[in-house]
Amino acid sequence: MKPADELTRREFVGVTAVAATLSDAVANAATGPTPPNVHYSLIINGQTHEFDLDPRVTLLDLLRERLHLTGTKKGCDHGQCGACTVLIGGVRVISCLTLAVTQDGARVTTIEGMAANGVLHPMQAAFIEHDGFQCGFCTSGQICSAVAMLSEWGSGMPSALSPGGSAGELNDAEIRERMAGNICRCGAYPNIVAAIREVQQSTAAERAK
Amino acid sequence: MRPFAYSSPGDVAEAIASGGETGAKFLGGGTNLLDLMKMGVENPAHLIAIGRLPLAGIEEKADGIRIGAMAKNSEVAAHPLVAQRYPLLSQALLSGASPQIRNMATVGGNLLQRTRCFYFYDPSYKECNKRSPGSGCAAIHGYNRIHAILGASDRCIATNPSDMAVALTALDARIIVRGAQRERSIPIHAFYRLPGDTPEIENELRPGELITAVELPPQPAGRRSYYLKVRDRNSFAFALVSVAAMVEMGDNNRMREARIALGGVAHKPWRVAEAEEILRGREPGEAVFQQAAAILLKGSKPHRYNGFKVELARRATVRALLSASENG
Repeated sequence: MKPADELTRREFVGVTAVAATLSDAVANAATGPTPPNVHYSLIINGQTHEFDLDPRVTLLDLLRERLHLTGTKKGCDHGQCGACTVLIGGVRVISCLTLAVTQDGARVTTIEGMAANGVLHPMQAAFIEHDGFQCGFCTSGQICSAVAMLSEWGSGMPSALSPGGSAGELNDAEIRERMAGNICRCGAYPNIVAAIREVQQSTAAERAK
Repeated sequence: MRPFAYSSPGDVAEAIASGGETGAKFLGGGTNLLDLMKMGVENPAHLIAIGRLPLAGIEEKADGIRIGAMAKNSEVAAHPLVAQRYPLLSQALLSGASPQIRNMATVGGNLLQRTRCFYFYDPSYKECNKRSPGSGCAAIHGYNRIHAILGASDRCIATNPSDMAVALTALDARIIVRGAQRERSIPIHAFYRLPGDTPEIENELRPGELITAVELPPQPAGRRSYYLKVRDRNSFAFALVSVAAMVEMGDNNRMREARIALGGVAHKPWRVAEAEEILRGREPGEAVFQQAAAILLKGSKPHRYNGFKVELARRATVRALLSASENG
């Protein structure tokens, strides 16, 4: 192992995560034997992976700790911040409150799967263009959520502001309501809204051609 | 999280058989149960994932509609049968949680999310009769701003956070449950319990019983409804107070029937028959709605920090009824 001052941040987090997992295992020894692992597969960003894991593993921990897809962030780990948002079958969910085993056979898309052939997804490009972040911690979740939100809007999904279904123009109030599951503590909301608005308008214009 | 055995049965009978085992819990969308397991509040020995069961359909019946217990909150809110005939339910669902959670949370799971407060959620507080029966209630002497003003006991003052259940209560929904022996249909008002001496028991489900569906009676013509939710922020927050209001208009601008259910004020959605009866045959208007609100809130018992809820609930009730009656 390298001296601590040569460790990258990611390596440091990895080492401490292993330590935490071990202390978990010790704590659990008191509660009886660990039930058997469960076998399942997931298609993550187009690639099939097989797992044989403790059923307690959340989709979030699986992505980060097993596959090292660390773009998906662990914010609150309790479903309140949206930083861990990913798409399952194109539908946005929070991965921290999803046990990976329950999604056997599902198609998962993370922020790492958004760009195609080295070209950023239009939502990623728009976030950069509009400066839709400061620290960046919520950004992966914001982008995954925004991509799915626009497809919900396109398919007529209602919201608290339009309970009869999406119709007309996707205005800023609608964008804010429909993005309420993603918190940004830096407060980059105006720029996030601007990025989403631009993608929605350019997609609509593209369709109208 | 404590270790648990995991299974994912493919048919209802198999799920119910496993559900009867000591320590077994059904897992729907997981948005409340998994969170409580992370906190060490729920510790099932066996988790039975019911996502493979064929219980997600929403269908029309001769006498109303039937919503499968595994239908997602977002699917129910968007379904034409619900959005067009029971807009109160769509509105309530859309005011709850976040879009991601609505995409995961199921109807059955929404009904069974724990009636709770932050003392219940945090095991570092030793006192909680709901979490550890007989240990006391930290909320009664603590920071009880979000807590109950009606129907509480000296054992528990937590509130049921479901918006959906408030609308379903106003709509006279029935909860369909299946056990090893038979299927039962329970009216929602009889499904939930007040805390009394046993706040740890929140509903009438028996061990092993599984919610399979929710049924809604037909909607007569002339019904107007409104769901009003008052909370600390604009979206993604529990109600301080919510109101499901419905009026059915008859001849001469007189109400044939009215229904009012309150959320955020009690251990279960709060409905009082007398408050609705005085509206029958009357014209909609602020004065008569004030009378109804006064009856609805009779016996309110606020605590140190939630006295504001009594006035808030009164005003919200009047406003929701006015909005419903203008919602032609």
